[in-house]
Amino acid sequence: MTGTLTAFAAEIATGAIRVVDLTHTLDPDFPVIILPPEFGQCARFRMEEISAYDHRGPGWKWHNLSLSEHTGTHFDAPSHWISGREVPNGDVDEIAVENFVGPVAVIDCSEGAAQDDDFELTPEIILAWEARHGRIPPDSWVLMRTDWSKRTGAAYLNMRSDGPHSPGPTPEAIRLLVEERDIRGFGTETVGTDAGQGAHYTPPYPAHYILHGAGKYGLQCLHGLDKLPPTGAVLMAAPLKIKGGTGSPLRVLALVPGEST
Amino acid sequence: MTTPLTPPPRKDPLKRTVSPTQPPGIRSRAAHGLTAAAAEGRFALQTCAECGTVQYPPRDACCNCLSVDLPWRDVSPAGTLLAETTVQTSVRLYFRERTPWRVGSVQLDAGPVVICHVHGDVVPNARVHLRNLLDRSGQGVILALPEERTDHMADDPELRAMSSDPHLRRVLITDGRHPFAPDLAAALKAAGATMVFAGEPETWLPNPNRAALEAAGAEILPLDVTDTKSVERMAGEIGGKADILINTARFLRPGGVLARGGTDVARDEMNVNYLGLMRLAQAFGPAMCGRTADGVNSAVAWVNILSVYARTNTPAYGCFNASQAAALSLAQSMRAEFRASGLRVMNVYTGPTEEDWYQPLPPPKVTGTALARSVISGLQQGLEDVWCGDVAKDFNERFRKDPKVLEIELGQEGGE
Amino acid sequence: MTRQPYDGVVLAAPVTIPYTRYSTETAHWWIARALRAALKTADLSPKSLDGLSVASFTLFPDTPVGLTQHLGLSPRWLDSVPMGGASGVVALRRAARAVQAGDAHIVACVAGDTNHIDSFRRLLSSFSRFAMDAGYPYGYGGPNANFALLTDRYMQEYGATREDFGRICVAQRDNALRNPHAVMKKPLTLEQYLSARPISDPIALFDCVMPVAGSEAYLVMREEDAQRRSLPYARICSTIERHNAHTADPIQLRGGWTVDIDELWEMAGCTPADIDLLQTYDDYPVISAMQIEDLGFCPKGEAPQFIRDHDLTIAGDFPHNTSGGQLSAGQAGAAGGFIGLVEAIRQVTGTAGPTQVAGAKRAAVAGFGMINYDRGLCSAAAIIEGQGA
Repeated sequence: MTGTLTAFAAEIATGAIRVVDLTHTLDPDFPVIILPPEFGQCARFRMEEISAYDHRGPGWKWHNLSLSEHTGTHFDAPSHWISGREVPNGDVDEIAVENFVGPVAVIDCSEGAAQDDDFELTPEIILAWEARHGRIPPDSWVLMRTDWSKRTGAAYLNMRSDGPHSPGPTPEAIRLLVEERDIRGFGTETVGTDAGQGAHYTPPYPAHYILHGAGKYGLQCLHGLDKLPPTGAVLMAAPLKIKGGTGSPLRVLALVPGEST
Repeated sequence: MTTPLTPPPRKDPLKRTVSPTQPPGIRSRAAHGLTAAAAEGRFALQTCAECGTVQYPPRDACCNCLSVDLPWRDVSPAGTLLAETTVQTSVRLYFRERTPWRVGSVQLDAGPVVICHVHGDVVPNARVHLRNLLDRSGQGVILALPEERTDHMADDPELRAMSSDPHLRRVLITDGRHPFAPDLAAALKAAGATMVFAGEPETWLPNPNRAALEAAGAEILPLDVTDTKSVERMAGEIGGKADILINTARFLRPGGVLARGGTDVARDEMNVNYLGLMRLAQAFGPAMCGRTADGVNSAVAWVNILSVYARTNTPAYGCFNASQAAALSLAQSMRAEFRASGLRVMNVYTGPTEEDWYQPLPPPKVTGTALARSVISGLQQGLEDVWCGDVAKDFNERFRKDPKVLEIELGQEGGE
Repeated sequence: MTRQPYDGVVLAAPVTIPYTRYSTETAHWWIARALRAALKTADLSPKSLDGLSVASFTLFPDTPVGLTQHLGLSPRWLDSVPMGGASGVVALRRAARAVQAGDAHIVACVAGDTNHIDSFRRLLSSFSRFAMDAGYPYGYGGPNANFALLTDRYMQEYGATREDFGRICVAQRDNALRNPHAVMKKPLTLEQYLSARPISDPIALFDCVMPVAGSEAYLVMREEDAQRRSLPYARICSTIERHNAHTADPIQLRGGWTVDIDELWEMAGCTPADIDLLQTYDDYPVISAMQIEDLGFCPKGEAPQFIRDHDLTIAGDFPHNTSGGQLSAGQAGAAGGFIGLVEAIRQVTGTAGPTQVAGAKRAAVAGFGMINYDRGLCSAAAIIEGQGA
């Protein structure tokens, strides 16, 4: 085993294995999910200087942060959703750490998403992907690539008078992944694991409902999934160890084979 | 005839900005009654409760009967100019820099003789109309105006020195998303403001006011009062041009303590309504305070739009009102801190406004045009406290009579 | 009840310490010098002085009480006269009665103020509560603006012109040129007066006094003491004093003298025609004009014509403010309330030297003080009489 890890480290050093950052910068202007205003809202990322080599602290600079568990690139634990509230070890601090490192399958929906803001990931698309890349292995992450992370400003949430419009999975697609493939979790480049109009499915917000009800995890606001191969990469996504936390902003990294490999 | 002001040329970057100086700001305790009335634009003088003698200057006893019961009552501001002088030299810097300065002696119809500032359009021995205004030390002073309106009256240098007139000034509306921001912008433009900037928080969300703001001639700039960096960035860009700042940033949700679960909404309220004001004050305040003597478009006023229930709470919007109380308290501190520079803090108190979050409340409610009218006239009169709409005016009357009784009444209004 | 005359009480040892524009010294220093000179004239030691009357604006933080310890005096009678331009005559009235009653043997009346570079501005800002509340916030013109308003109204009411006021100022300058200690040493023409820099319209530069540092003193004692000490002296024929008169007048065109004028002449047993010289309080020429009227030298409103008809210089038919007055000799704070009285004592005792009016025996002296808000509140006058030269 020691040899494997040594070789692994060497391959990172040589570039045979590349480390890819799938994280948005935490920035006050980065959108958060918007719920109808009578509901509680997700806190935006904010940073206040404690001192900056000045009268408040002459030799050092530091900040206080405020943000939600679900601000920026973040992890959703099962306890985030009502369907997952009874799931054992459903809070971020209880999840076994093995779950934070694992294989990842990337389903490219970028062409469809470019055509249709409400593009749906369906079982047909998953099956077609499997026909090319093989069956999704159990306990792996499945990421839906839409290139949505290339959008900025108002185009990202894409809010209209009937709510946000962004791609996501249908209830059937999520059921397929959870019930028949037993994946570890599902991730997207949009602000949620569900489509912008996900409230109109049955059940509403099917990705959240089904994934977390089954003890699976979510990743959202991922950045640059176009840098990942359909298969063969390893995802590292370790949320902060927040007592009773339902999610956490985090740095999501992927290990991918280098160009030469 | 008042010479109309002309738009100032662009600032010469090689010239030092004139440091603000103040007229004398020290008064006796009795004289503060004049300032209190001026803050609201009322012409009031000490009136003996026993013999009815109206007296001036303010005293501690009646000069007719020695009674010490001397309430300030609104009296007729009509009078006759007896004598006048134009001060050509003064040992006080503020006036030295502003001579010639006209003052006069006015016999009020109500009795006393008042030495006061005299508007340039008042002719010798004319009938005059006195106004009680705040000067740049923040103290109440009296100015004699012609009985009839004259052309460009507001451009008179003495009146201009005491008002916060938006004419030829540049105004920042901090939150262009406020439902009344377009009305405000349009009214400011109509009042002669040269530029109106409107802040826009969360540019990643649609702004339903955008078209209306642009139609009103406002320039939309990113500004989020909950984000210190954003506020600092905007102060860096336009802090030197903001002659009037109108803080419309506000987070409003219904509910008192028990109607709310938890504190997260209250935190948003405090973050916008209280800390947001503090961030703005820290970022824009110093630059504005440094520019209060900067010619025609000097910095003059800081305007806060506040719920009248900031003064006494009512539970239907109890938590929001608490954040407004915090903002009001901060505004009082700002007022005192800015006073040394002559930058005026004007609080505009409104009752419920005609907008979504007050939908469950019955009329009367304040409309955008009514608010804009109050803001503009308050600035033109140089007020500190403006009561906008019937609810706010009624509140003020009741507060004056007995704050405790008002608290009891408002507490019952909101009860189920 | 008729007032008791001032029989047996006299004024002696008039002292003027030459004024300076600015001084780094204190009021204590200036008062000490005037007091010392007066005592020396009378051959009195400070320790033996049993009565003291002090007028000063710049003693702060001391009071006349503190001044006694400061100067090593131990009077049994002490007075403080905070009445500005009326302080000379008011001090006289009180001291004379104390000496007459035997409460004090000799009273030294002294007034003095210093003038630091910034002290005029500081003095203004702490002058009175009405000034603070209702005067200075309006242009901060100080007394100049107040008197400009009176002057404007006086001109409207009585048809006075700036030339009329100019005649008063020019005559006083003429007098001052004979006074080696006057601060103003150059002749003044009517043309120069009229074309001077405006200060607070219609008041221009030569309508205003020059604030200076200086002090004045005189002694009040029994007639036999003056004779025993071989001091020239003046008798007190009559005095009046009035505060806050004519409150219903919307603007001050007359002073409190008009209330008491009949008593002044009746007690003195003479008429204005019997007066050899007049010392008015001349902080502004309009006030001198007002005093000429209010003391009975001409009817109300006719001072302008009176001034046109008379020569106000030392050699003229109506000698007025013979030392140059405050307008040309300078205003040394509270000593401005003494300048006319001290000069009058010199005149009627024939000791005025270069400013001496030939044959002067009877003088009228008026004081006017304390612009509190829109008007001067204190008025006082005295008729004194001496043996002449």
